[in-house]
Parts: sequence; C-alpha cells; structure tokens
Amino acid sequence: MKTTNIMIVGVGGQGSLLASKLLGRLLLDEGYDVKVSEVHGMSQRGGSVVTYVRFGERVFSPVITEGEADFIVSFEKLEAARWASCLSSTGRIIVNTQQIDPMPVLIGNATYPEAVLDELVAKGVALDAVDALSLAEEAGSAKAVNIVLMARLAKYLSIPEEKWLTAIEKTVKPRFVEMNKKAFALGYK
Amino acid sequence: MKQLMIGNEAVARGLYEGGLALVSSYPGTPSTEITEFLSAYGDIHSEWAPNEKVAAEVAFGASLGGVRAACAMKHVGLNVAADPLFTLSYTGVNGGLVICVADDPAMHSSQNEQDSRHYAIAAKVPMLEPADSAEALAFSRDAFALSEQFDTPVLLRMCTRVSHSQSVVEIGERVSVQPKPYEKNGAKYIMMPGNAKKRHPFVEERTKALADYAENCPFNRVEMGGTEIGIITSGTCYQYVKEVFGDSVSVLKIGMPHPLPEKLFTDFAAKVKKLYVIEELDPIIETHCKNLGLSVVGKELFSPIGEYSQATIRAAFGIATEAVPTADSDIPARPPMMCAGCPHRGLFYTLSKNKIAVLGDIGCYTLGAVPPLSALDSTLCMGASVSGVHGFNLVGDAARSQKTVAVIGDSTFMHSGMTGLVNIAYNASNSTVIILDNSITGMTGHQHNPTTGYNIKGDPAAKVDLEALCRALGINRVRVVDPYDLAACEAAVKEELAAEEPSVIISRRPCVLLKTVKANPPLSVNGDKCKKCKKCATLGCPAISIKDGKAHIDSTLCVGCDVCMQLCKFDAIEKGGDRA
Repeated sequence: MKTTNIMIVGVGGQGSLLASKLLGRLLLDEGYDVKVSEVHGMSQRGGSVVTYVRFGERVFSPVITEGEADFIVSFEKLEAARWASCLSSTGRIIVNTQQIDPMPVLIGNATYPEAVLDELVAKGVALDAVDALSLAEEAGSAKAVNIVLMARLAKYLSIPEEKWLTAIEKTVKPRFVEMNKKAFALGYK
Repeated sequence: MKQLMIGNEAVARGLYEGGLALVSSYPGTPSTEITEFLSAYGDIHSEWAPNEKVAAEVAFGASLGGVRAACAMKHVGLNVAADPLFTLSYTGVNGGLVICVADDPAMHSSQNEQDSRHYAIAAKVPMLEPADSAEALAFSRDAFALSEQFDTPVLLRMCTRVSHSQSVVEIGERVSVQPKPYEKNGAKYIMMPGNAKKRHPFVEERTKALADYAENCPFNRVEMGGTEIGIITSGTCYQYVKEVFGDSVSVLKIGMPHPLPEKLFTDFAAKVKKLYVIEELDPIIETHCKNLGLSVVGKELFSPIGEYSQATIRAAFGIATEAVPTADSDIPARPPMMCAGCPHRGLFYTLSKNKIAVLGDIGCYTLGAVPPLSALDSTLCMGASVSGVHGFNLVGDAARSQKTVAVIGDSTFMHSGMTGLVNIAYNASNSTVIILDNSITGMTGHQHNPTTGYNIKGDPAAKVDLEALCRALGINRVRVVDPYDLAACEAAVKEELAAEEPSVIISRRPCVLLKTVKANPPLSVNGDKCKKCKKCATLGCPAISIKDGKAHIDSTLCVGCDVCMQLCKFDAIEKGGDRA
C-alpha cells in the first residue's frame, strides 16, 4: 500500500503536539507502520511549526517534502499557505480559519495576506476551511482546536469514528476526555 | 508491545535496558529528552550537570567506579566535553561508558552544524549511528558491551531527525549487571606522560581491532538490490535512500561510522557498477572510500550544508516531482520570538533604547536579536558574552565600556559564564555583565539548574546564590533589578555602565511559561486615548498588534506584565481587559 502523508502545521504553542500524539497512537493501534517527526527547541517560540505523520505498510523517511502531502492540517490560515507547496495534486488542506499575525506583521513590516485561502482555492487546491476555534469554544475550551481539526481529518480517513474516540481516551488526561469527545463530535459533523 | 517513541526516548530505553546505572548531562536541543526520559527510571541515578564537561567527567567517575554510565549532549556540547573525551580514549573504561551526542543539521536550534563524526576520528573512539528509534534503542543498549569489550568510551551519534522522530519500537528487559570492582590501576587511569605514552599504542591497536570488528558487526549491513547502483549511507539518510529507491538499488548501511571497515567496503564496491555515498554534512564515509581507492560519487552531488530528505536525493538523481500549488501573495515569515510577558523583553528594550552594544549568549534571550528590538551584537557559544565583553572593552576607549554589556542566562552563567566573570575581575576591565535570571533553563524546555533550587527530579536541592557568587568571584558592584520595571532597568543599566569598575546586574523574574507563574489579568487598549504613536509596538510583544493605526492587545496572549503600559505616554493601555 501507498504511504499516507499528513502534515500538521501551525504556530508554536497551538497544541499540534497533542494532535500528532493522538494520530500516532491511533495509527499504531490500527496496525500500520508509523513515523511522526516533530521539531523542538528554538523553532517552538511562536514560530512556524510543522509535524509530519506518515503511515502505511512500511514507512522509511520521517519527513514529507514538496508535492507529497495527502493532507495538510493547518491550525492557522497563513501557515496553510506557507506549506501548500508540500501538497500533492490529489491532496487536501484542512485549515482552521484563525488568523495569528507573525511578528513582521505585528510591527508593520509586512502585510497579512487576508485572502490567501481564496488564492489557493483559485489554484485548484482542495480546501476544507473550518472555524475550529469557535467549535472548540463551544465544546468547552479553545485548546480543543486540535481535536476539532483531527475530527475534520477523520472524515477523510477510513478509520471508524469509535477508534478515534478510543484514541482520545488513551491520549488526553481523564478530566478532559468528555470535553475533547464533544469537540470531536462538533468537528466530525 | 509495539509503541511509538521519539529517538531520544528510545536511547533512554536502550541505555536503561543495557544496564545503565548513572547519567549526567547538560540539556541541549536536540539531545535533552534522553536524560529527561532516563530521570523517570527509579533505579538509575540521573542528574543535570552545570555543563557537558562536568557531565562527561561524572560519567567517567562512575565508569571508573565500576558501573555502566552515560552522558548526553548536543553537538556543540561535545566541544565543551572534548577535553575529557580525548583522554578517556586513553584510559578506557571500567564499567561501560556511552557518550550520546546529537547533531543538528539545518540548525533547527543551534549556532552551527558541525559534524560530530570528526570527534570519533580525532579521539579514536568508536561511534554508533542509529537511523530510527528501533535502532536507537538497540544501539544504545548494545553500546555498553562494545565499550567494555574494547575498553573504550563509545560515542552514540544522533541527529535532529532521529532524535525527534517517533517510530515503532519493541521494548525489552533490563539486563542485570553487577558493578565491577574498582581496583587502583595507575598505569591505566593516571594519564601523566609516562603512562599515557604506553596507552597511546593501545589506542592505535584498539582502533585496528574495532575496524576488524566492523567488518562483520551487527551495526553495518548490506542490502543487495541489483548490481547497477550501490549506495553507502548512514543514519537518517538511509531512510531517504530507501524512500526513493526501495529495494531497487543495493545499500551498504553504516551503523558504525567510526572506525570504518575496509573489506566490507571493497567487497560492496566490487558488486555494483556505480557507487554513491549519501551522508549529511561532511564527507567522512566518502573520504574513507577514496582512501581505499574506490571510485565514488558523493559531495559533488550532495551538499555539505543542511539536512537532506527524499527530495534532495530525487533532485540529485534527476527524478521528476510534480508541480506544486502556491499562493500568489508573499507569505510573511514567522520567526520564533520572545513570548508575551517574557521577562527578557523589558531589559532588552532598555538596552536597545539606550543604543548599548550587547554581546549575547545562548538561550531564549538570543531572540533579543530579532526585530524590532534588534538588541544583540554577537552570539558565539555558551559563555562567550562574558569573556568576550572583556576583550571588546579592553581594546576600546572608556566610552566603549560605558556603552557595552554582556547578557547571559542563569543556566548559561552556571555552564561557562562564571569563569569569564572571574577573568573580568582578575584582569580588571570595566565591564558590565547582565545575568538574565529567569529561574530555569528556558530554551530547551524548562530544565532545572544549580540556580533554581531543584534537581532533575524536581526535588529540593542546593541553590546557588548568584549575588553572593558574583561577589565571591571578585565583583563588588552586584545589584538585582526587576525587568518588568522599565525605570529601574534604565537606572541600573546607566549607573552600572557609568561606574568605573566591573559590575553585575541580575535581571530577575521567572520565565512566564513556568507553571508556578500566575498570569495577571490581560491589559486592553482604550481606543479613544490611543494616539497611534505605535510606541508599544516597539517592544515586539506578540500580544500587541496595530490595527488601523491603533494598538490592539490580544487578551488570550497578554499576561499583564504591564511593560507596555509603562511605555504609553497617553495612558491608553489599561488594566482589566476581558480574557476571552
């Protein structure tokens, strides 16, 4: 079988590490070979961050390069555009419509391209935009953005919903399980 | 049971299974988690040392004492630990000794991208290099036996992609290792010239024996896939080769990059028509091939700069990839930055405002270099701010030393700033050193250090009194300032720079990310009072943005440090914003 490539991108501190932990756990339980590659340290401090998740029968490289990603799950609009060149021609971007201004924009040295998602759609990119922040807040915490986005990804993967819920139980702290399950349900709708 | 582990966790597991009794390390990305994971094992002594040299020497002492010991560090940490390493090669070991070193090709979080394999060659010690987490576990576990069999420390080389990639491992049992008795043996352990002269021939013989061992060792392997193309590779590059070529080429996978065998190489070369070497950074394996007279293609196709990937290999071999979509707009960069409420910000603002030259150091505060603060003039290595400012001031006039400071974090000061400060006092330059004491080792993810009062397990420990220490080192003028208080910062900096003797300013406020630090209610901007002067934006705080010319504070990021409030001449920034 072909290896499936998922990129999780966002801004340091947005909670992408939990998303990749959940995904890794789920895919391993499903019997796949899995690799998850993260970046720690300097790049985390509010910078652009990327996590690569690859699964299949036998996975070699821990990274995903240009034109290879089947899915890019982006926690932020600009980051979706930054990593779009990694998307395969049949790939799909799942993007949280939240806007987080990077420092060059904050201090007026650059402009945030507000219509960047429309530009990608105009280029024929399959794009699923979701206001994950609102859904997460509806579920009970802004921090559940990661679970909302994973739920949106789940719609495109052939893994039953209950397996995802089991993985949530195994991955998040017990007192946050119900809230995260609610976030998953909202994202999966 | 199969589980996913990052390479560093797998190294920890491997060392544990291999009978490790003691680990001493200094944190450094991408090596830090090795020791953090080890600290969770109750039957291992784990500790953070003040620097890598101390850590390696602690591990040496434990090995001398008869147990299996290890230390872990990033590539530049091995520079600091190089002194013990080179002579440890001569003494050899009693209990097995493993030195883990994690390289950072592409410099995700480093100041250079040096190739640690040079150290194995120069110090004449064997090096192992895993390519994924399963190998990281196995190689770490088996390194102890190798160390004891050949009476040598063993270097375990990791890289960012192996250290921080999760892949599947199966864990095993911990071997039961009895401590070896310690017996006084001056000829082996006292490296004075007479003894060392006798040990050097042993080292040369050992390298030959290890090269023989490498011919058939479990760390190197051949995977034949036809006779057209043969690729010699190691570490994470092996994964990229397999990703691109699968089983369609033959691969000599090197897991022990030093010493390299001869016959294994020449036999492999004889089986293929065209031979390539694919290795990140420097041409170590390639040079070995050329020394053996083998015709190989290596660095003429592959750069010595940065990280590789499957895309690197496809490009080098002319394998086409599909066209990719991109947005039309320019995508603004998103560099890392100091957090909202970072205690370093107020101090850097003060230095930037007063146009002070700043010799910087290694830590979160290196981010003081980025706009808009742009407060740094140099960053070299751990401790170089303190030593460097002395040299910089000595060759300038009095005006220079009144306009120049060194900045260094609490952990970095413990690591190698103290000796530079002794030098300032002893050799009497009029230098000003600012210790940015945020009560933690920040950049590597909150490790304790001798100034925090806690050890690696979070238990109370002896706490270095920085003020008393600086005075004891010979500095008479030592003062503490709160970096959230801009007026106090400015007064302290101006007074200490004007003073005609060395001085230390301790800028003290805990890292805002520490769980023990409670955020104040967020601030907000009164739009009627904001005069669009953008003064607050000069702080480079991620919570402050300019919208339609006026300042806006993101209540989800603001921690109410009040630094921007002190800057606003129009009292437009107010307490009591809503936390969304």
